[in-house]
Amino acid sequence: MTAGSLGSQGFAYQVIGAATLLALFLASLFVGVGELAIGSLASDPEALRLIMISRLPRTLAALLAGSALAIAGLVMQTLARNRFVEPSTAGTAQSAALGILVVTLVWPDASLGWKAAGAVVTALAGTSVFLMLAHRLPPTQPFLVPLFGLVYGGVIGAVATFAAWQLDLLQYLEVWMTGEFSGILRGRYELLWVAGALVVLAWWTADRLTMLSLGRDVSIGLGLNYAGMLRLGLVIVSAITALAVVVVGTIPFVGLVAPNIVSRFAGENLRHTLPWVAGGGAALVLACDILGRLIRFPYEVPVGTILGVVGAVLFLVLLLGRNSND
Amino acid sequence: MIEIAGVSLALGGSRILDNVSLTVAKGGVTALVGPNGAGKSSLLSLIARLRPLQSGRITVDGLPVDTTPSRQLARIMAILRQDSGVASRLRVAELVGFGRFPHNRGRLTAKDREIVAASLEQFDLSDLALRFIDTLSGGQRQRALVAMTFCQGTDYILLDEPLNSLDMFHARNLMRTLRRIADEHGKTVLIVLHDINHAASYADRIVAMKGGAVIASGETGDIIRPDILESIFGFSMRVENIAGRLTVLHHA
Repeated sequence: MTAGSLGSQGFAYQVIGAATLLALFLASLFVGVGELAIGSLASDPEALRLIMISRLPRTLAALLAGSALAIAGLVMQTLARNRFVEPSTAGTAQSAALGILVVTLVWPDASLGWKAAGAVVTALAGTSVFLMLAHRLPPTQPFLVPLFGLVYGGVIGAVATFAAWQLDLLQYLEVWMTGEFSGILRGRYELLWVAGALVVLAWWTADRLTMLSLGRDVSIGLGLNYAGMLRLGLVIVSAITALAVVVVGTIPFVGLVAPNIVSRFAGENLRHTLPWVAGGGAALVLACDILGRLIRFPYEVPVGTILGVVGAVLFLVLLLGRNSND
Repeated sequence: MIEIAGVSLALGGSRILDNVSLTVAKGGVTALVGPNGAGKSSLLSLIARLRPLQSGRITVDGLPVDTTPSRQLARIMAILRQDSGVASRLRVAELVGFGRFPHNRGRLTAKDREIVAASLEQFDLSDLALRFIDTLSGGQRQRALVAMTFCQGTDYILLDEPLNSLDMFHARNLMRTLRRIADEHGKTVLIVLHDINHAASYADRIVAMKGGAVIASGETGDIIRPDILESIFGFSMRVENIAGRLTVLHHA
């Protein structure tokens, strides 16, 4: 009903949002070390090959990972009933990295798919434990949950680092802990479409996810299968995060910044806001990736590093701006 | 009709409810009164299947609450708990709209929108319809939650201290609305009240609980008596008939 009441204004925002994404998409196709002019596409088969094998997969990977991680953050915030948690800071990403490490150890030749499967399993376990413990914290202290998440994620990350150090696998761990798109080629990113499918699933269940945020009693009173919905949310968060860690590595802050900005302006009725969160996350990650390609041209700065800075600043602005508005 | 037979509840080793049996007839307003810790809220939670039943049996309209699908129960019974702690950033109209979820699974029909609008109007929320609930005062938020509960349009409505943080105007408005839907639409209202005079003025029947058991239950006029009130609350108070209404003078 709010979409209706916002009317033509809402439509104008949609057009601006879509145009921004399209502009970033095109920019990403034509920014990079390899020379590429738009005019050469028709005449030069090499240029087309560059697009199809490298630039397009890289751009799609950034869009998919960005939107999916933003949604993972949103769903995790709904499950924890706290706006300041996200998978990369509260143990999900660290658990996923630990899972890949274990799979790499017991089965060094495992394909990307099997590594992802292992990562999903450990991410599920790590996130379940986090939520179980987080639900016991007093709700009157909203900052306790994210702080606890930081400590929890830090401990799991430390275990993974120690294990990797003992086994001389630190370089591998570094790859999963730092989000980067420079290695993305055709055939190396397609698992992210599964994460994209999970975004669609989250949208499909948007009303029920919103009800989760109203709490257990209200949900059950309205006839929602509360426990089942919690489990589904857990799977969405864990699977998206694990897939992103396996394919591109950990990208921090997307899951925090995108949902919080959208919530500030449009609220938390997910049926209306979920597309905005997904689009916002996609735009943020793609913009940071383009920035990373340009900042030390012709060298690259990993997107995880760029987002660590940009995301932290955006988040501080959100936190500090909060009191003046509410 | 709500039928409760031999229901006991123990939490962490302490007995909250002790073999409670009670029948709440269909139609009318029944007030649940009693001192803190009497087990009123726990009983309400059990009826509304928010807590698993440990022993005994509860049926609403003949449906056992522990085995009937939750969705089906949500279409005949609505519950509002006292500290639902809704912290989500929804607009008032969106929150109230979720009351229709058991009927439409999230797709608001034209009829649903009418019901939502009427509910907003009823609880004096029309001007606040587009405000985010986290920007409301405690009383306004409470009214939004009550409106959502009404929107569910169920035959049975369970309310746990709904007058909390409501001002006199809105508390009276809510009690009169409950009276009206019971009289005009045959709804069954089971409401936990702390102000005994609200119960005396608006309830058809009163159920008194103490120490996890029902110690008195009957027509309002039979319960609002000095001797029975003293046995419930533990001090003596005067009951006067003022302008045709039973009034308890508990400050005396």
